[in-house]
Amino acid sequence: MQPSTTTARTAPVEVERPTGDTRTVPDLPWLVIVWNDPINLMSYVTYVFQKLFGYSFAKASKLMLDVHHKGKAIVSSGSRERAEFDVSRLHAHGLWATMQRDT
Amino acid sequence: MKQRFAAERGGGFRVRLPADEREMLRSIPQQLRALLEDDLDAPDLRRLFPPAYEGDADLQAEYRSLTIDDLAERRREALRVVEETVDASHLTEEQLVAWLGVVNDVRLVLGTRLDVTEDSYLRPPPQDDPRFAQFALFSYMGFLEENIVEALASALPRTD
Repeated sequence: MQPSTTTARTAPVEVERPTGDTRTVPDLPWLVIVWNDPINLMSYVTYVFQKLFGYSFAKASKLMLDVHHKGKAIVSSGSRERAEFDVSRLHAHGLWATMQRDT
Repeated sequence: MKQRFAAERGGGFRVRLPADEREMLRSIPQQLRALLEDDLDAPDLRRLFPPAYEGDADLQAEYRSLTIDDLAERRREALRVVEETVDASHLTEEQLVAWLGVVNDVRLVLGTRLDVTEDSYLRPPPQDDPRFAQFALFSYMGFLEENIVEALASALPRTD
């Protein structure tokens, strides 16, 4: 906090410091990334995106093409628990997915 | 050529496969099961159990310990479904999804063994190459998977 610059006199006060978790990592979401691989079929990857995330065929296809042409694509984001859940579902379907903090 | 898998009006899917393809599918579950009951860290299985965290060994170790048994069990369950329904002329969606999982898992294992790259499809191994038989199976699994995905995708609820 920025200290006051007025000359008003204040009596010193004992400040209660929080004693909980001292980690102050900002609450940024986690990103779920799917990586291109030479094995999975494009039609299969599109289907998995539709099935797992409820994306339309158009959106799922676009994501799949991003994976294919750019090497990877962000398919979802959220809390760490949510991201792990999505990653494990993608792994269960044989996709190469990882998670990392947004920056 | 008749469609191998077709969504049916009352739900589920009709299955029409030539006898030799049924035989091929019949032989697959025991082979995959042997791998899944052996060492889950085996290099051939690395695409079935890929890392979630790259660059953080602790988080990855935690993720793996929490998820690997469940992932392996889901795959073994899918193998059971295929064993039980390999001769079926009708499959529920759940059963066909299990077929899809098994076929895709076979592709992942074979593709890993064959070190498949984007080029492999254009330059497959010649007939006298020891990898020819495995590559032929890998290709057939791809063909079958396209058929399954087409049928399942046709039955997805429309979201657009």
